[in-house]
Amino acid sequence: MLEIRNLHARIAEDGTEIIRGLNLTVKAGEVAAIMGPNGSGKSTLSYILSGREDYEVTEGEILYNGENILELDPAERAAKGIFLAFQYPVEIPGVATMQFLKVAMNEQRKARGDAELSTPDFIRKVKEAAAELKINPDMLKRPLNVGFSGGEKKRAEILQMALLEPKLCVLDETDSGLDIDALKIVADGVNALKSPDRAVIVITHYQRLLDYIVPDTVHVLYKGQIIRTGDKQLALELEANGYADIIGQAA
Amino acid sequence: MAAVQETIDQVRQIDVDQYKYGFETVIEVDKAPKGLSEEIIRFISAKKDEPEWMLEWRLDAYRRWLTMEEPTWARVDYPKIDFNDLYYYAAPKNTPGPKSLDEVDPELLKVYEKLGIPLKEQEILAGVDKPRVAVDAVFDSVSVVTTFKKELAKAGVIFMSISEAVREHPDLVKKYLGSVVPTSDNYYATLNSAVFTDGSFVFVPKGVRCPMELSTYFRINEKNTGQFERTLIIAEEGAYVSYLEGCTAPQRDENQLHAAVVELVALDDAEIKYSTVQNWYPGDAQGKGGIYNFVTKRGDCRGHRSKISWTQVETGSAITWKYPSCILRGDDSRGEFYSIAVSNGHQQIDSGTKMIHLGKNTSSRIISKGIAAGVSQNTYRGQVSAHRKATNARNFTQCDSLLIGDRCGAHTVPYIEAKNSSAQFEHEATTSKISEDQLFYCLQRGIPEEAAIALIVNGFVKEVIQELPMEFAVEAQKLIGISLEGSVG
Repeated sequence: MLEIRNLHARIAEDGTEIIRGLNLTVKAGEVAAIMGPNGSGKSTLSYILSGREDYEVTEGEILYNGENILELDPAERAAKGIFLAFQYPVEIPGVATMQFLKVAMNEQRKARGDAELSTPDFIRKVKEAAAELKINPDMLKRPLNVGFSGGEKKRAEILQMALLEPKLCVLDETDSGLDIDALKIVADGVNALKSPDRAVIVITHYQRLLDYIVPDTVHVLYKGQIIRTGDKQLALELEANGYADIIGQAA
Repeated sequence: MAAVQETIDQVRQIDVDQYKYGFETVIEVDKAPKGLSEEIIRFISAKKDEPEWMLEWRLDAYRRWLTMEEPTWARVDYPKIDFNDLYYYAAPKNTPGPKSLDEVDPELLKVYEKLGIPLKEQEILAGVDKPRVAVDAVFDSVSVVTTFKKELAKAGVIFMSISEAVREHPDLVKKYLGSVVPTSDNYYATLNSAVFTDGSFVFVPKGVRCPMELSTYFRINEKNTGQFERTLIIAEEGAYVSYLEGCTAPQRDENQLHAAVVELVALDDAEIKYSTVQNWYPGDAQGKGGIYNFVTKRGDCRGHRSKISWTQVETGSAITWKYPSCILRGDDSRGEFYSIAVSNGHQQIDSGTKMIHLGKNTSSRIISKGIAAGVSQNTYRGQVSAHRKATNARNFTQCDSLLIGDRCGAHTVPYIEAKNSSAQFEHEATTSKISEDQLFYCLQRGIPEEAAIALIVNGFVKEVIQELPMEFAVEAQKLIGISLEGSVG
């Protein structure tokens, strides 16, 4: 589903190189974890996948279902099924969560040439998905992310993911700022979305989230490169020994 | 090849201009000659069959105007207007319009389409000259208007053009005209008093709740009210009226200078709600040719417990100079001002309000949302004052500005003056930008850039949109989105 070949990328503004020859393959149905110490380029990778303009790809390619997506803008990528759950979800004052969901769902449908959802269909879908995530219906009337607690914000992200039905889900540090109960709800939400035609990339600093969302593959990102790939054992190893060993071996 | 095409285009352009010129010369007889003089004012007054007192009123205003200077304090910049190079009277029927929608600016038609305006209405708005047969379509809506008029008459509400009112209800007009905005008020209001051509007159008698929203839209077929519009609305004791002015669709207009005056009078326990959507031509990409909108709007809460509320959505005009105000004269009276001012391209907006607290326990509320994009300048200018006797005057002001891009400007100029120690005035102001983060977040959810901006901006102005009558609110939201198209990137 996703193939990243020899990717080099830098911050557009000051030219700092962040990704330095990254290779990664994620198959449909796979849950891939990307781990690494702070500043290794994890969040940058998620932004580059989703097409944020602040970064410039200088070399390499990103193939999504065989298509090079580097020329597509973020909205086009989203319509093709790439979804990013943000580490820090953004507040949109005055725009009710419900309204935001409707605009996003219909814009994606429009881009794919599908008819807009009828209002009853839309409301039914949202209510079902919200109940799964134990989201209070009142939250849906509030402006998106404005005054939401950390847990509410992350649940709102997973709610959007469930409703937009993406093919490639990228979760950027979704566990940060969550207590254990919220973490379980969020993980259940993600697990419910697992399917043979969908891939999930879980970006995380800690093993903790991977107890609940069990990865098929684990990749260690360091200084803009994948320096080690393994199965879920690798995450446990990292948890026990820290990154120093692996970094040492790579150096 | 390219050169040849260029030549063809140039010749074509000259042709069109010459044709236009020739055409205007032919109809010159139906226009007063250019320029302003006592003769011209007599001419206007005579054309309108006005009584002598009305003519005297106009002449008096004109003589004052001659002694006045154009104000320069607003934060707007435009070439000096030559007031002797303008037409002050043109028989509206004879203003040549396009012959069909094919001749109308395609950009304008695109906007109509986006607003979902039916074809027939598009033709009216674009000022298409209709041959006799098709006028039936217009007559349809005229009969609708007639039905409305009957219903209003049953309730005792007078709603007619101000010219008719001068003839049919001279006592009311005499009593109230100029009682809120005196003929000597300011340069443009004084000019208006001298040369106003038409406008609306509304009178709601004691205890009557006007059974429908009154709209200038119903009067669209009657006459091109033109550049110097004069509106007078009176709500007697305990009366209520909601008045909608303007139209979300950009209207074709040949006049560059607009100087309207609106006067509202609310007696004891009366309430007037005045909503405006203004979307006049803002000028081309270089900012040339847009409308100058120099308006004086003022409401007088003359009676106790009266209430006047202004709600405006301003998206058009090259220059806007407009401060709908309330004089809170009656005890316990209340004034409200809700405003959305959107500027894009080269537009300049200097707008706000004045809340003059004179009576006891008067209160006012100001919510202003300015959105600046392109290279536009958007200024909020507001005055809140409490007179010596205005015990317990209360005001709450909130001014929020949103910037799109980094070449536009937003300015807030509040004047606050309390001469009574029990007055309580609160002022909050914020300026923000649509952040890259917000935009990227929306894009990532599959919302394209322009839709994302419209969504974020409509969130920003939500408090004011809620104040608009339902039928206006939905259109206004669309309009704001359209006004900001092409503002990023």
